[in-house]
Order: sequence, then C-alpha cells, then structure tokens
Amino acid sequence: MEIGFYPGCSLKGTSSEYAQSTLALAKAFDINLKEITDWNCCGATAAHNLNHELAMALPARVLALAEKDGMTEIVVPCAACYNRLTVTQHELNQDEELKDKVSRILQMPLSGNLQILNVMQFIDKYIADKIEEKVVKPFDHKVVCYYGCLLVRPQNILKFDRLEDPQSMDTLMKKIGADSMDWGYKTECCGAGFSVSRTDIVAKLSGKIVKDASDRGAEAIIVACPMCQSNLDMRRPQINSYLQMNIQTPVMYITQAIGLAVGLTKEEVGLKKLFVAPTFA
Amino acid sequence: MSKIGVFVCHCGENISATVDCEKVAEEASKITGVEVSVDYKYMCSDPGQTMIKEAIKEKGLTGVVVAACSPRMHEPTFRKACAEAGLNPYMCEMTNLREHCSWVHEKGDQTTEKAIDLVRMLVEKTKLNKPLNSIKVPIHKKALVIGGGIAGIQSSLDIANAGHQVILIEKDPSIGGHMSQLSETFPTLDCSQCILTPRMVEVAQHPNITLYTYAELEKLEGFIGNFKATIRLKAKSVDPKLCTGCGVCYSKCPTKKIPSEFNEGLGLRTAIYTPFPQAVPNKPIIDKTNCTYYTKGKCKVCQKVCPTGAIDFDRPDEFITEDIGAVVTATGFNVLKPDFFPEYGYGKFKDVITGLQFERLASASGPTLGAIRRPSDGTEPKKIVFIACAGSRDPAKGLPYCSKICCMYTAKHAMLYQHKVHDGESYVFYMDIRAAGKNYEEFVRRAIEDDGVNYIRGRVARVYEKDGKLIVKGVDTLLGGKPVEIEADMVVLASAGVANHGAEELAQKMHISYDPYKFFAEAHPKLKPVETNTAGIFLCGACQAPKDIPETVGMASGAAAKVIGLFSNNELTREPIVAVVNRIASHEASTCVGCFLCETACPYQAIYREEIKNRAGEIIKTVAQVNPGLCQGCGTCVSFCRSKSIDIQGFSNEQMYAEVMAVLEA
Repeated sequence: MEIGFYPGCSLKGTSSEYAQSTLALAKAFDINLKEITDWNCCGATAAHNLNHELAMALPARVLALAEKDGMTEIVVPCAACYNRLTVTQHELNQDEELKDKVSRILQMPLSGNLQILNVMQFIDKYIADKIEEKVVKPFDHKVVCYYGCLLVRPQNILKFDRLEDPQSMDTLMKKIGADSMDWGYKTECCGAGFSVSRTDIVAKLSGKIVKDASDRGAEAIIVACPMCQSNLDMRRPQINSYLQMNIQTPVMYITQAIGLAVGLTKEEVGLKKLFVAPTFA
Repeated sequence: MSKIGVFVCHCGENISATVDCEKVAEEASKITGVEVSVDYKYMCSDPGQTMIKEAIKEKGLTGVVVAACSPRMHEPTFRKACAEAGLNPYMCEMTNLREHCSWVHEKGDQTTEKAIDLVRMLVEKTKLNKPLNSIKVPIHKKALVIGGGIAGIQSSLDIANAGHQVILIEKDPSIGGHMSQLSETFPTLDCSQCILTPRMVEVAQHPNITLYTYAELEKLEGFIGNFKATIRLKAKSVDPKLCTGCGVCYSKCPTKKIPSEFNEGLGLRTAIYTPFPQAVPNKPIIDKTNCTYYTKGKCKVCQKVCPTGAIDFDRPDEFITEDIGAVVTATGFNVLKPDFFPEYGYGKFKDVITGLQFERLASASGPTLGAIRRPSDGTEPKKIVFIACAGSRDPAKGLPYCSKICCMYTAKHAMLYQHKVHDGESYVFYMDIRAAGKNYEEFVRRAIEDDGVNYIRGRVARVYEKDGKLIVKGVDTLLGGKPVEIEADMVVLASAGVANHGAEELAQKMHISYDPYKFFAEAHPKLKPVETNTAGIFLCGACQAPKDIPETVGMASGAAAKVIGLFSNNELTREPIVAVVNRIASHEASTCVGCFLCETACPYQAIYREEIKNRAGEIIKTVAQVNPGLCQGCGTCVSFCRSKSIDIQGFSNEQMYAEVMAVLEA
C-alpha cells in the first residue's frame, strides 16, 4: 500500500528521527510512504502572520502537488504542518472564490478532497488494529502523553477527539502495554516558536510540563510534534537551570515508542538523536 | 357596489422611510370601488382609529383595508375599531407594508410600487369579503399542571384556591423539584425545606387538586378550553391505599448501593425507596431497573416484610384520560453533566462537584447532615474553589447564554462554607457578577466583605490532581491577566442550567415551540412571558430559562392568573376563520361526495362525518363536516378537496383569485 508523505522542514532537519521512525513504522506494517514531489514550506508560523493569501498559497501548493501525484491521502507528521495544511484546505473549501484565486496563483487545479492525516490518525486508521498482535516487546513503562496545542486546536476544524482532555495518544500507548498516566499538562503551551528568540520563556513553560511529568514518576514524555519535542528535549539544560533540578525524563516520539514495541531497533527509530537519552531500550 | 376605505400607515418611520406612503394612498384612491384613501403617521393610535371610524360612518364604507404592520400585531385593534363604527369586523383587512415591504427592501420607486400592488390585492379581496360571526365553544374548567417543583406547586395552589379543579402530574416519586434539594436560599438564607415542605403538604391535601406522582403526559389532544390529556401512571409496585409509609420495606431491601438522585449521587438509596424523608407522598416505590426481583426474578424481601401487603410486583402502568381546559407547563431545568467538563475534571476527580451537589453537602437533610466533607475521603476541605460560569456564557461550548442563578448561589455556597468552616479559605473565579435582584448585590458584598470570600475575576483553564490536591489554574484579569494557581481541597462548579432531559419530546407532544437550547419558548418575550404560541398552554419557571425562586414563583402565579382568567368565562370566543363545507347549498344539495380525503389530511382531527337523512329517516349520503372548535383554519382540507366543497371563511377561492388577478392586471 502507498500513501502520500509530507515531511516538512523539521522532519528533514532537526527532527529527522521523527521521519525515520515514522517511515520505519509504516514499513513494518507494509505501508510505503511516498514523499510528495517538489514539496515546499507549509508557511509555518511566519506566513499567516504576514499575509493571508501567502499563508493559503504555500500549503495549497503542497496539496495541489499531492493531488497531481495522484494521492488521495497524505500523512503529515509535524503538528504545525498538519495544522497549516488542514486549516488551509478547510478555509479554501469554505470559500470557492478564494479557492479559485489560489488555484490561479498556483497555476494548478485544486479539488480540496485530499485526506490529511496526522501521525495519530494515520496509526489509528492503518495500524492500530494490528498493533497488539505485532507487539514483541511491550513498552512496559509509565508515560505521560503530551499533545500540545497544534494537534487539537482549532477544534471546529481539526475535530481532534476531546479538546481539553484528548485521549487518542493515551489509547495508542495503552495498546503497546504502556501505563499512560493522567496528568495536568496535556495541552499546555511549551513555548512554541519562542524556542529561538526567548529561551527563558521556553524554559519556564516547558519546565512546568517536564516537572509535572517527572513528579508523577513518568519514565518518558510521549509527543507527536517536532516543536514540542525540541522545546522539551533540546532545551533541557535551560529547563533544568530554571527549575534548579536535574530532570532526566526523556521525550520520545509516539512513532519511536510504538516502533520499539513492535520490534524495531533503537537505531531504526533514531533513538540516538534524542538529547536526553532514554535509559531503557 | 363596494365602498372601500384604504388607510395607509407610516408606522412612524418604519414604513415611510422606504415607502412613499402619500403616493400609495393617492394610487389606491384610483382603484375602482375605493371611496376614501388616506395616509397617517400612526394609524393604530387613537386619532388614527378615529379617522377610520369617522370614515365608515360618514362615507358608509362597506370594507376597510389598513396598509400597515403585520396583522399579528394589530389586526384585532383595527377590527375592533371597525366593529365600534358598526361595520362587521371581518370586512376589515390588513396588508403588511412593513415586514413584507419596507423592512425588506431599499428605498426607491420599486418599493413604493410593491406597496401599491399589495394594497391593490387586498382591496380586490376585501370587495368579496362577507360578514362573519365569531364562534363560541364551551370550556372545561379544569387545569393540568405538568411538573411538581415550586413552579407547578405555586401555580396549582393559585388555580385551586380560585375554585377550579387542578390535576398536578410529577414524573418523579415526590413533588418538590430542585428546590427541595437546596440547603439555604438566597438572599435571606432561610431554609429551603422550611418554606417548601408546607406548600408540598398543602398541594397534597387540597380538595381541588388531584396529585399524580410518578406520572407523565402521554398525549395531549384538542385545543384551548377543550384539551384531552392522556396521563401515564407509571407502576410504583406499591399500592398507595394499603401502604402506611412505615418504612420497613426499604430498611430491609438488600440492594442498598444505588446512587441517590435526590442527593445528586453523594448518598445511596435502596431499590424500594422514598426519595427523601419529607417526600410527598411519603410512600415508597420500587425502582425496577435496580430491583433484584425485576432484574433477576428473585428476592421479594419487601413483600415478605410489608405488614399491610401493599407490595404488588405485577401492577402494570395505567393510563387515564382527563378533559381539561388549560395546561401549565412547569417542568423545570437540569444542570450539566460530567462529560462536559474534561478540563475541570468533573467525573474524573471525586472532589470536583456541581453546585447542586454542594447544596446536598450543605443541607441538614443531606448525606453528611450539613457538614462540608470531601466526597473522596470525608475530610473537611480547608481550601475550596468555586468556578462560576462552568459552561455558561461560553459560545465555544455551545451555551452562550447566562444561567442567571449561579452568581447568587455561588456567593451563597461560599458564605455557607465560611459559616461552617471558620478556618477555611474560599475562592470564587468569576467573569462578572450578575446580582440584579432585590437585596442581591448586598448579599454578594456580604460574602466578600463580611465573610472574607476571595473573588478572582478570570476564567479557570484547567483543574488537575496532584498529591491529593486539586490544582486550579486560572488567570486574574484584574491583575493584568496574571496566572493564578490554587491548591484546593475541593472544587465546586457552578454548572450551566440546561433544559430538562426529554423537554424536546414533551414540547412536541404539546405542540409548543422551544429554543435552540430546548428551553420552551414564550409567545412574546416582553408582553406574553407566560403564554406559549399554542392557545391554552402556559409556561412557568425554569423550563423557559434558568430562573431563581422568586422569579419562578412570580411567573407561576402569572400563569395561574391566565388560567383563572380563561376559566372566568363559560364560553370561549374564537375567530370564524375556519373551514366550512358547502355553507350556501342545503345539505341535500351538498356537492361533497364523501371521499373523506379531507378527513385524512386534517392535522387537527377537525373533520367528522355527517349522515344526511330524508324525511323518512333513511340515510341518503354521508358528507364531511367541520368542527369549528377544533379547526385551526390551516386550509389543508381545501387543497385536498376534489369537488371544491370546502372553503376557509374569509379565504375563499374567489377571494384568492381576485388577489392574484389584481397583481397580474396592474
């Protein structure tokens, strides 16, 4: 089986382990993720702050290219990319005039029928049913699932389970044998794009998240967003210095956790690339 | 030859701002048969009406067309004026230049042209109008009150005290409603039970009131003054005539762990139970879904211990029908349930409770006998957070409205808590305080200033549990949006008041309308607050919107006054705009062929079959006839009639045709 794949910038750079583990996991379930030809930037946080049309046109080009490749479904692991692509498709489908205009800018037709899946929706749809029989090494660890903001908001467009208390990641973790604990910071802000400009804010916001996870005895924080991951993981020195504690709870992608459980090696899921190394596996 | 008077109203500027009223009047005067045509600023005012009356008398008008607002607003006004001048009121017609023209179009020649067309149509119709006489129908002077909360109780007592019969039905085993669950009531802090239970007893003992508890409305047919209600008396499995209310049965019932509805799940009850010790009637019923005998076929302990042999497991639901003249709907409200608040952890953390649950904790008759205790471990909470507007005023949650009672009961809760736990700290997160009622603002100030309740203006984002404490995260918007975190022992949500479960079905049964939130809709928000759009059905209390006790009681008495007003007449006068079969020809010459398609089509069951007999008493034919009491003048029968034998009075085929031709020929 073949499904479209949009890595976006982060999965090609800082979060290559997310791409690596997602592709490996798909392969383990006989699914080939085919990269969209000539894809471009989703606009990320910058475009929609500057120019609405640009913010629509950038993701729309990606959607149009996927359609041109004959894809009906694409997997978008990065939460920010997923958010931009889905919101764009929704807005264009609501406004035929804008859709025509964007289509003219792109000089490509755009049907707006593409199914856009984030990693969890992808796993839910194609893998979840088969996970339990494929688990060879149960992920028998206490974990907390961190959803952040971009996967769940805006609720009326993304329709991601329960806005304030999402469950899908927890359900998947339970399927691979993990003890997914209830905690207080499931959808709190990690500091997001301030990662570069104001590390002090990130240290404070992410610090609270990491501390609550550690206080509850979590062995890992599970994420599905490259930005959350880098804020919680890469900024750990700043976080620890803010907290004046030495917290060593690792931050793993959901694809890495499931990958390990179904027998992929730590090299195959790119575990080495994490800054805070998991002690298990 | 018709002499029609046309009266064009400016409706202040409502019509004249977009329609050239003078021109309309001038053009109307050119229509054949129009005797007089004038325009005036306020036709409904006293000078306006006088103008019409004078014209009728002086010019000998045979018909009047008032071109003004909606006939829903002022048709009765102008018909009455015409009648006073000696013209049959049904020779007066209104055309709607406001909603149908000036309000929906821009100013311009075309708008004025349309107004002229509308007038021309009605003039042609009015020429064919015939004098009609109103219809009289008898009234059953007995009222049905649905719901035995304070609204239903008050309404029943008021109607019964005026000397009329009342049937009060309540779906639960006891009357009393939500008010009986409350501890103290704002703004006087008098005990709810102390003011309510005597009323409950009064209802049960009133000679004019028949009380059916554990009963629901099954069906409602008929019309104002002449309803027929079918009531389902749900099987209680206990014979109320034999039962003495001694209580042996429930003290021996082995199924003891059912969450008590009366205590909002904070206490337990047995399968055979009375909801609370002061219940009226104070006789138990068996809850079939939890009784071991009904679910597993074994037990019957209550039957064995009952000294009077009152337990009867085989009793079926009974149905009774009653002829009644008016209905008062007082079915009340509910509060939001757990799944609505994932961010506040209600349903997940035991110590996050609703306001109604707090009432039970604070109540002397509650599960803790009035001591404030945490549901999780029974300890006294030393720090408590109240969250106002939990669900209310939140368009994102689909409930944009204000639940109105929460500001006050939250202040009351915090106050009661401070009175009972002297070393406790209480916090109220609020959006703004809406304490608009007599002595209400003072009450809230008292909570803040005398009892030291900490009010924080801001929404709570999330509540989560950590080390046995509930962490409440919110903001203080008066400190510039500063984040606030409170480690609380207990959290009380002022959850939004919502429509009762099943409100939609009940409204459909009664043919009354409801709003998007399933609260029942009043006929007019200002001038008809206790009426519904269905004549003879009235509303009171929180089934219309969340309400406090004083407002509910006031409205209940208002609804009762409407019923008593209706019952003060022996007959009801109805408009003659109803269907009539062959009103000109004699019965023998009736063109009705007796196909009875009209009977099938009629939504109000107003068509009946009449046998036409000759002098020898033999039946010649069976034709359709209309019960003018039931007919609502909808016209469905007219469109179904193959032989054109039915007409709506005042809307005959000829009249409609004249209207159409008037606009086509213009």
